[in-house]
Amino acid sequence: MTTTAAPPDLEPLDSFEAAEEEKAIAIATPRQLMVRKFMKHRIAVVSLVVLIILYLMALFAGFLSPYDPNTYNSSFKFVPPMTITFLDGEGNFTFRPGVNNLVEERDPETLRITYRTDYTTWFPIRFFVKGKPYRLFNLIDTDLHLLGLGEEAGALPIAILGTDRLGRDMFSRVLYGSQVSLSIGLVSVFLSVMFGIVLGGISGYYGGVIDTVIQRVIEFIRSLPSLPLWMALSAALPPEMPQESRYFGITIILSVIGWTSLGRQVRGRFLALRTEDFVLAARLSGAKDRRVIFRHMVPSFTSHIIASLTLSIPGIILAETSLSFLGLGLRQPAISWGILLQEAQNIRTVALSPWLLLPGAAIIITVLAFNFLGDGLRDAADPFNR
Amino acid sequence: MLQFIMRRLAYALITIWVISVMSFIIIQLPPGDFLSSYVARLAEMGTSVSAEQTQIMRETYGLDQPIHMQYIKWMSGVVQGDFGRSLEWEVPVADLIWDRMAMSVLLGASSILFVWSVAIPIGVFSATHQYSPMDYISTFLGFLGLAIPDFLLALILMWIAFSSFGQDVGGLFSPEFKDAPWDFAKFIDLLKHIWLPMIVVGTSGTAGLIRTMRANMLDEINQPYVETARAKGLSERRLIWKYPVRVALNPFISTVGYALPSLIGGVVITAVVLNLPTIGPLLLRALLSQDMFLAGAIILLLSSLTVIGTLLSDILLALLDPRIRLD
Repeated sequence: MTTTAAPPDLEPLDSFEAAEEEKAIAIATPRQLMVRKFMKHRIAVVSLVVLIILYLMALFAGFLSPYDPNTYNSSFKFVPPMTITFLDGEGNFTFRPGVNNLVEERDPETLRITYRTDYTTWFPIRFFVKGKPYRLFNLIDTDLHLLGLGEEAGALPIAILGTDRLGRDMFSRVLYGSQVSLSIGLVSVFLSVMFGIVLGGISGYYGGVIDTVIQRVIEFIRSLPSLPLWMALSAALPPEMPQESRYFGITIILSVIGWTSLGRQVRGRFLALRTEDFVLAARLSGAKDRRVIFRHMVPSFTSHIIASLTLSIPGIILAETSLSFLGLGLRQPAISWGILLQEAQNIRTVALSPWLLLPGAAIIITVLAFNFLGDGLRDAADPFNR
Repeated sequence: MLQFIMRRLAYALITIWVISVMSFIIIQLPPGDFLSSYVARLAEMGTSVSAEQTQIMRETYGLDQPIHMQYIKWMSGVVQGDFGRSLEWEVPVADLIWDRMAMSVLLGASSILFVWSVAIPIGVFSATHQYSPMDYISTFLGFLGLAIPDFLLALILMWIAFSSFGQDVGGLFSPEFKDAPWDFAKFIDLLKHIWLPMIVVGTSGTAGLIRTMRANMLDEINQPYVETARAKGLSERRLIWKYPVRVALNPFISTVGYALPSLIGGVVITAVVLNLPTIGPLLLRALLSQDMFLAGAIILLLSSLTVIGTLLSDILLALLDPRIRLD
């Protein structure tokens, strides 16, 4: 039998593409569905790109920063952020970016040192210059920096974000600070996840007395005010402790409280999954507990875990920043965004040199990006809703 | 109901007991006992302490006894309102904390009022005008409020106030009122200062509550009872405020007990930046100078407040929503 008439439910021709798309959705794997859904969340995608750039910048901090973050420059303190100009000393346009010289002046009334831009002197910015040696990725010794000024500029720095009270370059310091501030979030979330999955998993999988005990512990930790507790614990770290151990001490302190919310979620999932058929099937086939947990149960809620841990990173970054700001977290000469903001603690200093607040902008961008990314991931983790 | 309350009360008591042990551990955490660091500090300042004197002090503080006896000694003092002596300030801890605690509670309570009076209308508006430009703006501002660390916001606001009015806005009182007894003028002076910390402390809370309020409202607004009221010709404004808002407010009322202590704990950093006479800066100073009896007492108080707040919240929630008691 030949059918010449179209079946009544056939789509009109103009929605052919829509039909194609529907077909693609129908045969897509869950992962493809998630990616698809995630890509639709514009802000989340932009945030992901921003975060990738930020982490790459932290990774290549040595190369990107024109100066060593701890080098003093006694002749250029409190220099405001410089403008990069394409007009050379004679006022002609060039394709080379450069900076104008700064002339030190003293305010006749307040006797404060200020800097006047001298538009007649112009130094071109040089790329891939040799500067202070550093160690890239802690592996490769090199002295190549992306930007720098030639010998003719003398002591004049390219202070893209200005300099601080000791003439240290803020841009370099923010870059180096990002290594600590960005990594501490990841490391402590990783620790929290480990605690959370193991303890939450045990709690939800076995139930009974173990469950009650772990739940009481979680409830106890959650009933404590987190900030004062963090403060007390980090104050207990001995002051003469080396910076690396201090860094890990702080991460552990942050995750001691951080794991509880994740632990609760994991437990809830385990309780729900425990009665699922596939778990029973795995157990009946003789799989050991560990295999059932990590091979069968954990993969089925990984995406939720990833989404919720992305949302918990900003809290940790803020906590580290706050602790370091108070002088309880990492300490000088270590550099983190919180430590940089310590310089901005005095309101009179801030009023005169507002660029000292710029590390705060870095914090806000990072935290916003993580929040948006987490939002997008959370929506994407549920490909079947809506 | 009574049984439920009794059970929660028992839990709360146990939790407070564990907290007291923990606070005691925190007092003991710094290397060496606090007396040796005190003696070292005295020596630094040029006062030498003889071995006999140290021994006498050791006995008065009970440091020669085993650790659990020290705990019992400390705890029996605490129960009677004696938190030990602050080594840095050289006065009883109890004299130091109560004034500042009152200021903390005052600031926390006014911040909650601020948060509610801002978050509830905006949340309701966002929900009733979902996906409108205002909704997007409030969502964005909400995210921004969550992303700015409190202390940074404090710094920025202080900077703006300082550079536009040329005035230092830190503290809760003008210098002339700082030690003055309470009267109307002092109260007015307090009002002039409290707005800044109130905004700073309230911002992140406001951001979170707008989201909650919006979500709660969206759940309620499409319920049949709303439709019925609308079909009966109730004006839109009365309809919204009289029915769905009241239901959506339930979680707010039940979290109030918890919100206050968590605010008091959370304002520590803001208080340090703004130089407020609250409990936070005192805690920070005590921790930095290892004045451990003071630090331990503050931690104990703040944690107990949180536990009591949570207990009150639980009871309120059970009163409002009878389903809770079942599990």
